[in-house]
Amino acid sequence: MQASRAAAHETVLDVQDLSVTFRTPVGPIEVPSGVSFTVRQGETLALVGESGSGKSVTSLAIMRLTAKAPYAVVRGRVRLRDASGFRDLLLLTDEQMRRVRGNEISMIFQEPMTSLNPVHRIGDQIAEAIRFHRDVTPAAAQDRALELLELVGISEPRKRLASYPHHLSGGMRQRVMIAIALACDPKVLIADEPTTALDVTVQAQILALLKELQARTGMAIIFITHNLGVVAEVADRVMVMYAGKIVEQADVGPLFARPMMPYTAGLLRSVPRVAILGERGAALQTIGGNVPDPLTLPPGCAFHPRCLHHQPGRCDAALPPLEQVGDDRAVRCLRWREIGSAAA
Amino acid sequence: MTRYLLSRFVQSLVLLWLVSMIAFAVLHLAPGGPLSQFALSPGMTQAQIERISEQMGLNRPLPIQYLDWLFHLLIGDWGRSFRDTRAVLTVIGSHLPATLQLMVSSTLLAIVLGTWVGVLGAIRRYSLFDYLATIGAMVALSIPTFWFGLVTIYIFSVRLGWLPAGNMFTIGDGSLLDYLHHLIAPCVVLGLVTVAIWSRYMRSSMLDVVNQDYIRTARAKGVPERVILWRHAIRNALLPMITIAGLQLPTLLSGALVTETVFTWPGMGRLFLDSLSYRDYPVVMGILIFSAVLVLVGNLLADILYAVADPRIRLD
Amino acid sequence: MATDLADTRKRGAEPEQTIHVSRNRALHRFLRHRLAIFGALTIVALVVACAIGPNITPFDHLFIDIRSRFLSPLTDAYLFGSDEMGRDLLARLMMAGRVSLTIGFAAMVLSTIFGTVIGAVAGYYGKTVGVVLMRFVDAVLCFPNIFLLLTLAAFIHPSMMTITIIIAATSWMEVARVVEGQIRALRERDFAVAAEMIGASNSHIMFRELLPNAVAPIVVAATLTVARAILLESYISFLGYGIQPPDPSWGNMLNNAQQYLNTAPWLAIFPGLAITLAVTGFNFLGDGLRDALDPRLEG
Repeated sequence: MQASRAAAHETVLDVQDLSVTFRTPVGPIEVPSGVSFTVRQGETLALVGESGSGKSVTSLAIMRLTAKAPYAVVRGRVRLRDASGFRDLLLLTDEQMRRVRGNEISMIFQEPMTSLNPVHRIGDQIAEAIRFHRDVTPAAAQDRALELLELVGISEPRKRLASYPHHLSGGMRQRVMIAIALACDPKVLIADEPTTALDVTVQAQILALLKELQARTGMAIIFITHNLGVVAEVADRVMVMYAGKIVEQADVGPLFARPMMPYTAGLLRSVPRVAILGERGAALQTIGGNVPDPLTLPPGCAFHPRCLHHQPGRCDAALPPLEQVGDDRAVRCLRWREIGSAAA
Repeated sequence: MTRYLLSRFVQSLVLLWLVSMIAFAVLHLAPGGPLSQFALSPGMTQAQIERISEQMGLNRPLPIQYLDWLFHLLIGDWGRSFRDTRAVLTVIGSHLPATLQLMVSSTLLAIVLGTWVGVLGAIRRYSLFDYLATIGAMVALSIPTFWFGLVTIYIFSVRLGWLPAGNMFTIGDGSLLDYLHHLIAPCVVLGLVTVAIWSRYMRSSMLDVVNQDYIRTARAKGVPERVILWRHAIRNALLPMITIAGLQLPTLLSGALVTETVFTWPGMGRLFLDSLSYRDYPVVMGILIFSAVLVLVGNLLADILYAVADPRIRLD
Repeated sequence: MATDLADTRKRGAEPEQTIHVSRNRALHRFLRHRLAIFGALTIVALVVACAIGPNITPFDHLFIDIRSRFLSPLTDAYLFGSDEMGRDLLARLMMAGRVSLTIGFAAMVLSTIFGTVIGAVAGYYGKTVGVVLMRFVDAVLCFPNIFLLLTLAAFIHPSMMTITIIIAATSWMEVARVVEGQIRALRERDFAVAAEMIGASNSHIMFRELLPNAVAPIVVAATLTVARAILLESYISFLGYGIQPPDPSWGNMLNNAQQYLNTAPWLAIFPGLAITLAVTGFNFLGDGLRDALDPRLEG
């Protein structure tokens, strides 16, 4: 889905130089590190990366759900738009932040099977998301919960209000999670691998639901995933992360058409392609090597040990800066011009 | 839920049956078996013993004796006390309330205290409090209850004079306040072990719960920490504790016996010891079986409570 | 006894999130090991004291001296004071310790052997045999242990051996459960199936293949059984059905001390401290062993 690039879509979230430093027995780990991006109203930004890239921690840091100092220290600026401009969420008190969570920014997680409290009814769990942010009667909250269940496409919503989580399938539970997340009309929805744990068919339904809801409410979505197929379906813009840093940022079309960072190219190459009848499919290409241990990052560009275009002396000397390329792209690679085009 | 409860009920019946067999075996272990009271009595000729033996049906094969004995047990005929010839069940019944009061009051106290210590230890994991609480619990489990009772009496009755040294009432004063005054020390002493066990299991249960995904969801919803603690964490952490409470019953009963002895509390435990010293075997056996039945019934009640409290079982 | 939760990784994000817990946890485990070491040292100290103590104290534990009755601790050479017959409390304590510790240990050996056999058979054969045996174990556990113990104690002539036997008779169930669980799980493992296939006899598989792999939990259970056995012996001796005076046991010394609580409280305090120390030592040790041998805590 191509969002219209009209200036009418204003920025709702402006993250600048976000980093989280974890204190470990063997030294500090900074993942993510120096992450900056913006998200506009009605736009879906995909955060792509393998495990350990820092994509989930980034979203938790925005929500201030990471561990507390001194075990995890969050630095940077997370500016959320409100009526009077922008507010830096990292500067809020705990209580102020609590009022933002579930209200102006919501989050849904990867494991719908365990994300709901087993001893409370669905209706109560949705109503809870409302009651702590809006001054409504319990009955009104239940009514709103019913509305939300209908909105997310759950059949027999009245019956489901009184059900317990164990009565619902994984897909249905994820819909409930979406209902909870939408309860107070958030400006931003962070979806952390919401479909990874679901069947492919259910996955498609959930993605369609999210797009529909976004169209309706105009909320921004930050979609975290490692699945490029999903990215192609839902994202307007993509941000690729590696070892805690952004390595490429682009609109989805241009990114798929012409990835500039070898890592991104590698990811695209490793998506299995179904062979057309009669043709022999190409061998599945992978990126050799492993994701680096955050404690022992390779010098210079963290990807260089696995990179086909690695130039000794250059790529391992210093960390490449994130270079702006045109209006809407950024790349962290010293050789992107030389490498030339496309995913082969 | 019905299926779950039914299966638990059947299991309890099976255990009850096994319990009866074990008790029967123990009964016949006594030197002279059921005849032991008479064996001690001087002037009994062999012929007299044999006649009584026949009267009591002790010549019949053991399985028949067992079935007969079991039958009587089931219809409520648990024999008569050697001491005052009252029906055993009646004698037990007259002493049971005192024991139950002690057990219930100390358990309530222990649950409240234990939950507080356990929860605090979990949310302030590895802190000084947690460390002390863990060690304290282990030491508490190593202290002999009767010694703790004696030390308590020494400090609070002998030296400070704040609490009475035993019994349920002061002679001449039967008021509620007097009763409560007498209840404090034995209640606390009996509760020590339960607090220790409960706090450790509660801590463990809380740690389990606190790392569950639904807690993270609640935080992401913007629910205040206090509400998360009670409505989400503790509410779930308490569920397995119901089962634990049931499993603590045998320990509690044993502890009650000892506590009643030290504080001369007129309950079933003291009755047991008294009857033992008088070789009043019907009462001794009666209490032995009764306590096992109490344990079984208690566990069954715990299972029912659990089934009601956990919607995953209640609505299936 | 309850274990603390082994794995409490914060879920949800990448592995980095879990690391911050490790530092404090490593510290915690070290301290726990310190407790276990403390426990072990305490036990050793007690055993040594009780073994050789009575031979080196100035007073023989049987030495009665009416003139020295009820001396409070630290009077002359009476380190812990003297009792109503003028006997040195410390000497008596150490003699009593020999009895209580020996019974505790011996009862552990008996109950561990018995419990292991029952558990192994139940876990190995499974099905009817297993179910019946474990239900039997459950049924015995329905009886509060002191009630059962006292009943048995009333039937026997109390001596160190008979008391050891009845304590063992009421302590084997925990070991049986642990062993049953272990054997049942190990039975399905490849090495056990392989042994079966090459024709090894049942008892060979049970005792030579499976049990050696279950040693760790058995050792933990056995250590905790000693603690419980010492406690049980003190209970029944206190209640008058255990070791009979004039043979000293920590339990019956406490029974004796009851009547003198007003005038000579030390007669009650020290035996109780001794019991608590011994039981605590074994409990700490057992807990530490459990932590050390628990595979989940590694890494």
